[in-house]
Amino acid sequence: MKNKETKTAVRQEESTKNGLKRRNFVKLLGGGIFLFFRPWKGFGGSGVSLSQQRRRLTTDYNAFLHITPTGIINCYTGKIEMGQGVITALVQMMADELNVQFEKVKIIMGDTELCPYDEGTWGSLTVREFGPAMRIALAEARAVLVEMASSQLGVPVSQLEVKDGIVYDIRNPSKKVSYAQLAKGKKLEKYLDVKPPVEDYTKFTYVTKPFKRTDSVLKVTGQAKYTADLKLPGMVFARILRPPSHSAKLISVDVSGVEQVPGTQVVRDGDFIAVLHSNKEKADEAIVKIKADYSINEPNVNDSNLYDRMVGADSTVDIINSGGDLTEGSRLSSRLFESEFLDPYDAHASIETHTALGHMEGDRITVWASAQSPFGLQDDIAAELGMPLEKVRVISPFVGGGFGGKIAHQQGVEVARLAKLAGKPVMLIWTREEEFFYDTFHPAGVYRVRSGMDKEGRIRMWDYGVYYGGTRGSDKIYDIPHFRITNYEQKRGAPAIHPFLTGAWRAPNANSNTFARESQIDIMAAAAGIDPLEFRIKNLKDEKMIDCLKAVADKFGYTPAKLPSGRGIGMACGTDAGTWVALMAEVRVDKDTGHVQVIRVSCAQDMGLCVNPQGALLQIEGCVIMGMGYALSEEVKFNGGVIHTTGFDNFNIPRFSWVPKIDAVILDRKDKPPQGGGEPAIIAIGAIIANAIFDATGARMYRMPMTPERVLEALKKA
Amino acid sequence: MEVKINFTLNGKKTTILTDPNQTLLWVLRNQLGLTGTKYGCGNGFCGACTVLINKEPVRSCITPVTDVSGKEVITIEGLARNGKLNPVQKAFVEHDALQCGFCTPGMIMTATGMLMKNPAITRKEIIEGLEENLCRCGAHGRIIDAVESAAKEMKGGK
Repeated sequence: MKNKETKTAVRQEESTKNGLKRRNFVKLLGGGIFLFFRPWKGFGGSGVSLSQQRRRLTTDYNAFLHITPTGIINCYTGKIEMGQGVITALVQMMADELNVQFEKVKIIMGDTELCPYDEGTWGSLTVREFGPAMRIALAEARAVLVEMASSQLGVPVSQLEVKDGIVYDIRNPSKKVSYAQLAKGKKLEKYLDVKPPVEDYTKFTYVTKPFKRTDSVLKVTGQAKYTADLKLPGMVFARILRPPSHSAKLISVDVSGVEQVPGTQVVRDGDFIAVLHSNKEKADEAIVKIKADYSINEPNVNDSNLYDRMVGADSTVDIINSGGDLTEGSRLSSRLFESEFLDPYDAHASIETHTALGHMEGDRITVWASAQSPFGLQDDIAAELGMPLEKVRVISPFVGGGFGGKIAHQQGVEVARLAKLAGKPVMLIWTREEEFFYDTFHPAGVYRVRSGMDKEGRIRMWDYGVYYGGTRGSDKIYDIPHFRITNYEQKRGAPAIHPFLTGAWRAPNANSNTFARESQIDIMAAAAGIDPLEFRIKNLKDEKMIDCLKAVADKFGYTPAKLPSGRGIGMACGTDAGTWVALMAEVRVDKDTGHVQVIRVSCAQDMGLCVNPQGALLQIEGCVIMGMGYALSEEVKFNGGVIHTTGFDNFNIPRFSWVPKIDAVILDRKDKPPQGGGEPAIIAIGAIIANAIFDATGARMYRMPMTPERVLEALKKA
Repeated sequence: MEVKINFTLNGKKTTILTDPNQTLLWVLRNQLGLTGTKYGCGNGFCGACTVLINKEPVRSCITPVTDVSGKEVITIEGLARNGKLNPVQKAFVEHDALQCGFCTPGMIMTATGMLMKNPAITRKEIIEGLEENLCRCGAHGRIIDAVESAAKEMKGGK
């Protein structure tokens, strides 16, 4: 076998899925990065063909696990780890379903060659959707192993139990056999006609217990490998010629200047022009030597006129939910309220920029990428290069933050093109400027609410319109008889409203919709002279929401008061990713400067069965802090297709001095299916801060972010 | 033209031949294979690339490699001794003070530098000292707690 060119870098350790010996490590010069040999052929451990796996997650348990002769259980998932902590939660689920020790489970993630197909890591779906599917498959594996033990030990299945990967006779525990002895390193052959039930939650050893991150030692020592940390022999660094605007078209280009940087290779495929150099900073030096002329025809849209443009546009109008009759609702109302809420483009701003390493060997290509959807990237590379899927392998090593931003994986396609053009391994690390320029921003939007309530403070009418933002989280949630939710979106053939790409940003648009809805609720509560908690409960029928509100009030130590109380307390509630949340905040507003300091935040969350309470808490804390960014400071500035937000000097994300005291209560719902945890808490942060500012000052905020200037402006009007 | 630079790297005397126009960050990552030091912005704004030069936290992405001549450089790889984590690293693990982990080396280097200089550091000083290090996952509260407990441990001479 020729090993020379068949190398693959690996994130941590090697995995052996089908028992082949693949532990042939080679240390490379200088870089200190271990690469290991692995022939392309000889995989197929699951026995499930690529085309079968495609489009949906397989039910074949062999695709999820391999029991190694040493007793280590390799578990495979197409999900990736970007900080959200599924690297821990999935192992808890795997260990419990198989009845093996937590420490014996090794998780292998985000490799299209090794892992079962997965659409992508988003929507807080790993624990609530992938997890249960994986458990069903693993339950079958466990049952098969017990049957094998039964024939080997000559003991009926009913008399066998499993603990820590050992099947034993309950009447004579010395009669036992381990999973490793049963599997002998091979894949299991048997499948059951009647699928066994999954483990009951009362029998869990690991699930529902708080587990700390399992990747932290790797991450605090600098050993954790992210895409940019990989190195291949002969690897070069790329920089791509970028236009100054999303509206720019390349007219002419002069690359002769790169000769001033010896060792530079220029590659070109039409408008796709890049420089390659073995030294990263030489590539940086070379790219600016290219002279390019563009024709630019900017649309007349910028960060101040975009909202008028959205509301005035010829849009596709879609009523997504309605009930009763708005005219009747207005008639029943003693007071009507009309508000317009504005929300800008926001950037994901992960600390790791989009990065990819591509390596073409013969008719096959391997791409490592900071990507939330390795299988999606595999599809896109295959389409771009005209290659069959089986010849494209994508691996997502540790990802340095995603938040929806790495669902887009342009860099992975770019690196594949470069690796093919160059005929050598190419590393592409987007600069921070490229990261902002090509980010699929959270879409700006306008949110218009018309509502009415009767003399008793009951909401009778709700007319809610979303303009170009997105409808996730736009449900009315309150018990309102006459309502309509309308979505205004891009009309086919009409001028594009968003001048650049937009995409999913952690709990996509639920942040904006919750800000609009929950602000409107407080506007009505204030007008009714009713405490905002009481007002919410009075208008809710949803018991889960009421429970969350009561739980957060309890945690926060809330005492009722009419708005504005001067205390600076705000609240909000909503649902996202199958989870119900209610949050409260206390803020201090500096009336001279407009600065808002968030003092403390409490969160109550009904997320069904909570697999890892510690992980869930980390996500809640992350949601609160990240949410303070969209609420208080983050806004992408632009003019036409030119993005003026270029770096952390002009895009202000939350910092240490902002951090409030955060506490949370996760409602005990062990008997309910697990729901999402990565996103729900963030949906309420804009709303709790806006409502708290009102409670502190009587100034109502209608536009995010709530910058000091905007707070001062609102204070003048209050 | 390449130049010869002598310095101490993670306790070892090191000599490199390198282009003097490079930054410390890329020499560490690509020439010396120390990839724990991260590129986050290239302008010194995020702190992911922080290393210690003569015990001072420094942004390696804007530091010319020639600046380290004759000096002592410590990177994230140089903190643990014989597999034993330094107090800050240990506290990060104990407090679960990280998520994606990309800012973590820079956080730990900044905090370690602060504690070397001022073991009696207050919570307020920790917050001020870390203010220019960016984290997008929102691990801030835990990072502050971790550094505070590491400070206590270092002060206690453990």
